[in-house]
Amino acid sequence: MRVGVGLPSGIPGANRELVLEWARLADEGPFSSLGVIDRLVYESYDPLMTLAVVAGATSRITLATIIVTGPLHNNALLAKSAATLDALSGGRLVLGLAIGARKEDYEAAGVDYHDRGRRLTEQLVTLRSLWEEGSISPPTTTSRGPNLLIGGLSDRGYARMARYADGYVHGGGPPRSFARAADKARAAWRDMGRPGHPRLWAQAYFALGDDATIETGRRVMRDYYAFLGAFAGRIASELLVTPQAIAQFLRGYEEAGCDELVLFPAIPHIGQMQQLADVLIGLGRSGL
Amino acid sequence: MRLAILGGGPAGLYSGLVIKKAQPTHDITIFERNPADVTYGWGVVFSDRTLASFQRADYSSYERIAERFVIWDAIDICYRGEKIRCGGHIISGISRKTLLNILQGRCRELGVTLHFDQEIIAPEKLTGYDLVIAADGVNSVARRTFAEQFQPSITLGKAKYIWLGAEKVLDAFTFIFQQNEHGLFQVHAYPFSGTTSTFLIECDDATWRNAGLDLASETESLDYCQRLLTPYLDGARLLSNNSRWISFSTLKTKHWRYRNMVLLGDAAHTAHFSIGSGTKLAMEDAIALAGALEQHTDLEDALNAYELERRPVIEVFQRAAAESQSYFETTRRYLGLEPVPFAFQLLTRSGRITYDDLRFRDVRFGELVDRWFSQQPRAVFTPPPVFMPYHLRGLTLVNRIAFSLDSQNGEMYDASPNGIPGDSYRQQAIHFAQRNVGLLLTGPVAISAGGRITPDSLGLYDREQLAVWGYLVEQVHARSGAKIALCLNHAGRRGATRPRSEGVDRPLREGGWPLLAPSALAYSSSSQLPRAMEREDMQRVREEFVHATQFARDAGFDMLQLSMAHGYLLASFLSPLTNQRDDDYGGSLNNRLRFPLEIAQAVRAIWPVDKPLSVALTASDCVKGGLTTDEAVEIARILKDDGCDIIQVQIGQTTPESEPPYGRGFLTSYSEQLRNEAGIPTIVGGYLTTSNEINTILAAGRADICIVDSQS
Repeated sequence: MRVGVGLPSGIPGANRELVLEWARLADEGPFSSLGVIDRLVYESYDPLMTLAVVAGATSRITLATIIVTGPLHNNALLAKSAATLDALSGGRLVLGLAIGARKEDYEAAGVDYHDRGRRLTEQLVTLRSLWEEGSISPPTTTSRGPNLLIGGLSDRGYARMARYADGYVHGGGPPRSFARAADKARAAWRDMGRPGHPRLWAQAYFALGDDATIETGRRVMRDYYAFLGAFAGRIASELLVTPQAIAQFLRGYEEAGCDELVLFPAIPHIGQMQQLADVLIGLGRSGL
Repeated sequence: MRLAILGGGPAGLYSGLVIKKAQPTHDITIFERNPADVTYGWGVVFSDRTLASFQRADYSSYERIAERFVIWDAIDICYRGEKIRCGGHIISGISRKTLLNILQGRCRELGVTLHFDQEIIAPEKLTGYDLVIAADGVNSVARRTFAEQFQPSITLGKAKYIWLGAEKVLDAFTFIFQQNEHGLFQVHAYPFSGTTSTFLIECDDATWRNAGLDLASETESLDYCQRLLTPYLDGARLLSNNSRWISFSTLKTKHWRYRNMVLLGDAAHTAHFSIGSGTKLAMEDAIALAGALEQHTDLEDALNAYELERRPVIEVFQRAAAESQSYFETTRRYLGLEPVPFAFQLLTRSGRITYDDLRFRDVRFGELVDRWFSQQPRAVFTPPPVFMPYHLRGLTLVNRIAFSLDSQNGEMYDASPNGIPGDSYRQQAIHFAQRNVGLLLTGPVAISAGGRITPDSLGLYDREQLAVWGYLVEQVHARSGAKIALCLNHAGRRGATRPRSEGVDRPLREGGWPLLAPSALAYSSSSQLPRAMEREDMQRVREEFVHATQFARDAGFDMLQLSMAHGYLLASFLSPLTNQRDDDYGGSLNNRLRFPLEIAQAVRAIWPVDKPLSVALTASDCVKGGLTTDEAVEIARILKDDGCDIIQVQIGQTTPESEPPYGRGFLTSYSEQLRNEAGIPTIVGGYLTTSNEINTILAAGRADICIVDSQS
């Protein structure tokens, strides 16, 4: 399992200097990817634009959207942006898409909320075809275009993942919830006769430091997920706050077959990433 | 805070008790419509885990409950005149009346106000309370008053049941399956006091009417049951407590709270009695609600947290209960099983208990199962089911493990131009054959160039292919004990697509070939339009199948399989969604089956008599308007009569909209239904990776051979 780190661009308080420094440091290791999250009606940076900016400041690290709320975007424009990012980053983009959970984002974008599942399915097909045809975008680094992952699946959604995408992104939770989802993804993948394995990605949040830092991190989580009601409290309580918790979490996900786990900061401070890097190195995970 | 609790059953009393205990300043009143000493029902059961949670929540009532418990660890299954016992299940029972007395007493001690003989008929008029807890049971007045807000949905079970008692001591939870001239009766019986046991008797609607129980009085019902269960009662009398025959209502509620009102226990949800968890879930709800109220100062946050904690737990139980209920509603299906597998199937019905669990709980029972499966009743020890050989016609497999060589198992083989299996494919075949696998399946092999799925599809339609396949089969046989089955396929409207590494059902951009299908309907909006088959096409395809079968025989394959699944050509004849012909080959099930059946017959006629013929069959299209499992059972019966020996069970992929419920073992329930209803052996896959899953499936008679997936 590879371990990536999320950019602090999805939570309030990150500025240009932090985002760029974060990206540069992450590029030096031990992280294999930089992740971004998406939310329209919130004080956060646009995920694809952010990745475009940090693509120029990095050379090695994979750039992943975990996720972009696909149906909010026009298919052709998204195909072009993603192809551009893929080409100009040297093939480092992994495009995770999901329907998202926030109705207000759809209202703000003027997109029908109830039709979002069908739109995402159509989007997966369209993006791939547009990249392969190359009619509206620069040549991508591979003829197929960037890898596509789908997140946030209902029980029946795994058939669509196996049919149209390259893998699955898990939305969070303890290792056993990931393990169940991974079983569904693999069962669908094999039933559809796809060779190899679905790429399995996952994400979690961390906050490292003293009690006050941890409490701040929990508050950020509760605020970010306030739209989920009381569930925000559970997400906040799952925040990874000690090296031990991170070690066990990594072990659990690794055993369940996760390919890449991206740890997002709950606190927009460069020290968070440095501490996380130290934890990984301490766990013998210094390889890239 | 002032709280009103509607309902003085275990749910209401226990929530009053645990909330008051945590926050003694709360003013809590419980309203119960019945007098204090009137109760319906006999005993209730709890598992050891539930008891541990009672112990933590309130030690004092736990102690009093524990004193009055009957604890036992065995389950007896009485069937076909035999009694099979399985131990190691720690269960305890207590009289419902005793439980209520204890809880009432404890409520009074803590200062909870109890009002009996007082039903709140208009909960909307209940003012002056900060929180109203509706624990007034499955017929909750509160929930019905605000039905629009709570959005309950009730599903009535198909069976009828009656709740009786008996002055009879039992030393195990006892399931009785008793047939008489009216039909099949199932009894769930368990002890709950030093002298009395619950006897819950259940039957299907037809049996109930045949027995005249629809018109019987309370006494007549009691007398009937007394006669029915004479062999098991040893002279004890059955007792009625205003008992009536009813159907079980499964209640789900979309919202559990409205304004200051929250639903709890049976008022919010019910789960079939056969998993014995109604009272347990209600009392655990009470513990969770008390915890949430203590933890959150804001009432809305607290009620949210309560619902959030309990809903997933309830859903898990309701799923298991639904599995169990469906088992008891279709028990007839299992009456062909001998007592040991019948008992094993019953114990593992809800999917929560496996072969390894039962062996751990009662090794003697585990070994009984192994001995039965191996058909060596006098053996001291026998191997577990997965390692028992399997015989079909002249074929003997060394064990029940099958492995499919298609790309599903994670390998990407070198491109095989001209349908010839490449070296990597052959090496993989030998590699798995040497890993103690009984049967190798080739994965789809095209009967003709026009029947390929992708340009790289394997085929068996020319002499060059025959030579390579022949060498592969010879190598497998020479270097392992495994047998190998050839899976013949025509892709139909799913043909001429790009390799699956690029996605599924994506049409070739160039170099495609014309497609055939029962009707001119494209697989997806981007797919090539197939031509509706004419009689000549059908004649040709039949000849291609026969020709490939001759080659399969010459190549030395041990078994032949025809694909009638996953939306390929023969499967698309079976599905009403894809077959819209108005000739003899479309319309009724018999007509839709006609062409696939003609092929099966033609193939069987030339396939060696001592070698088995298998069909990979769609057990459900998993899409609205598609082939149903009942139809698949009918097809399997007909195929069996025409010389098909075994069915590999598959589902979905008929159209892009087919969305099977993927997950570990997602094909098992389909296989079980086909095997038991059509009486034909089955091969099942569905992402099985452990010997425990496979032993559970085999011992319960849900399949005969299991396809394993390598987990990594």
